[in-house]
Amino acid sequence: MGPRTRLAAILMMTALPMEASAGEIWVTNEKDDNISVIDTERLEVVRTIPTGERPRGITFNADHSRVYICASDSDTVQVMDPETGKILHELPSGEDPEQFVLAPDDRHLWIANEDNAVTTVVDVETRQVVAQIDVGIEPEGMAISPDGKIAITTSETTNMAHWIDTATHKVFANTLVDSRPRHAEFTKGGRELWVSSEIGGTVTVFNVADQSEKGKIRFAIKGVNADLIQPVGFEFTPDGKTAFVALGPANHVAVVNAETLEVEDYILVGRRVWHLAFSPDHSRLFTTNGVSGDVTVVDVATREPLKSIKVGRFPWGAATRP
Amino acid sequence: MTGSPPDISASKAARHALVALCAILHREALRFLGQRGRLVAALVRPLVWLIVFASGFRAALGLSITPPYQTYITYEIYIVPGLVGMILLFNGMQSSLSLVYDREMGSMRLLLTAPLPRWWLLFCKLVAGSLISVLQAYAFLAVAAAWGVRFTWWGYLGALPAIFAAALMLGALGLLLSSLIRQLENFAGVMNFVIFPMFFLSSALYPLWKMAEASMLLRDVCVANPFTHAVELIRFALHGQANWLAGAVTLGALAVFGGGAIWGYDPARGLAARKA
Repeated sequence: MGPRTRLAAILMMTALPMEASAGEIWVTNEKDDNISVIDTERLEVVRTIPTGERPRGITFNADHSRVYICASDSDTVQVMDPETGKILHELPSGEDPEQFVLAPDDRHLWIANEDNAVTTVVDVETRQVVAQIDVGIEPEGMAISPDGKIAITTSETTNMAHWIDTATHKVFANTLVDSRPRHAEFTKGGRELWVSSEIGGTVTVFNVADQSEKGKIRFAIKGVNADLIQPVGFEFTPDGKTAFVALGPANHVAVVNAETLEVEDYILVGRRVWHLAFSPDHSRLFTTNGVSGDVTVVDVATREPLKSIKVGRFPWGAATRP
Repeated sequence: MTGSPPDISASKAARHALVALCAILHREALRFLGQRGRLVAALVRPLVWLIVFASGFRAALGLSITPPYQTYITYEIYIVPGLVGMILLFNGMQSSLSLVYDREMGSMRLLLTAPLPRWWLLFCKLVAGSLISVLQAYAFLAVAAAWGVRFTWWGYLGALPAIFAAALMLGALGLLLSSLIRQLENFAGVMNFVIFPMFFLSSALYPLWKMAEASMLLRDVCVANPFTHAVELIRFALHGQANWLAGAVTLGALAVFGGGAIWGYDPARGLAARKA
């Protein structure tokens, strides 16, 4: 094999996995009113797209042809074409939308309206508000079960997770959690619900069948004051065995064994880590670090931070686009 | 000892020079092995810094990103290249101490009257001391790895030339100083006026931006300190990167200190001239 052939072979070997796993992480920058798009292989910002005021929650539809953005201070949810970066239209979201979740039917957007103490359900096709449901004060976290039957809103001041029947739009249960619940996710095929409490410094795990508390995860990092440990966003590996929990101003992401609910590791990331997103192949985790204005990339297998990428001011939400 | 015969061939001269190199290496190795406490002492000093000092300033919330780091690190990770530099600095000075001792005991006279160029003898001495330094540095890196501060295999491998270059530079400084110091007792002055300022006024313990926050003058002094560049050369190499500026400054300082040492040991101009 001549040197040129060998070089070509090496280039092909390095190029193939890039094509296989390349994707994008879309990060909303709260203070810059824009989105930074990060290439998951090159680990750099490849596009910056303007949005409405104070973009926070961000999610893609099922085929990733649309991206929904909570423009909180514009009091609207913007619908963007991710190819062109153009805002196609806006959805009536109610006041100050912060987080939302798209139902498995790919049609109903469940939005937490922080200032109004309501959860708004919007039909993204008719662009009409389908329902507004009274919940606790300062709703923030939103989750929907994989079968689409239960929606969860967490309210920061009431310190509750509100369980909503999506068919009737009625709250059928309220469960107390620790102070300032921020984020909720269903896991294990919808059998468990996890809710993070920012001030309480815990993650509460519920059995969905009877809304009973299954356990509580607590965190302690050597050398970090307990007050700074404020869990916010979290994500599960595809096998559901491991959870990564962003710990806010503790500047760490906790690695939690989702079976035993024990913390296995802490990963140092940027300042005030808020939300997380996996690369399409789940080999890398991207964390939005609000205060340091960057995104830390973590190797999921080794649990080592690889790089921190500068984005806009106060990155908040993150979503994956294959 | 007598001078080399005038008809000696070039290959014989080269062999002769190599014999001298091997002999000096052997002597330094024997001396090092004979002083087991020296290795322990060389390891204990940076380990105390790593385990006690760095733990106190752990910076669990992470240090700001400065090259070569690509993300946030704890203070323990930051300080390790500086502590490798500390080992090289102390060992370089220790070699200088041993030369002063050799001079007092008379064994240096024996060495310097060997029928070889003076610069070659000094070079052999420098290489021997530097190799010992490199061994000590890697022993420390092994203990640091056991403590949890690890680098990639490429980092360990890539750091070898950087550590060796830094060891040569600091060893050359030791040689230069040893040509200036007449008595063993004066070595305390070296500690006060060379080792401590060099170590503390560098990027070994704190990043330069941190120094700049305190005083721009302090930062400028740190930038002018060749030890800073030796540490940065090692730091970048341990993270698989080359810092060309730090490399150039380290090699430049090696040339200056080496030249100074050769001048200092020149019987016509340096120490001998002053003694006369």
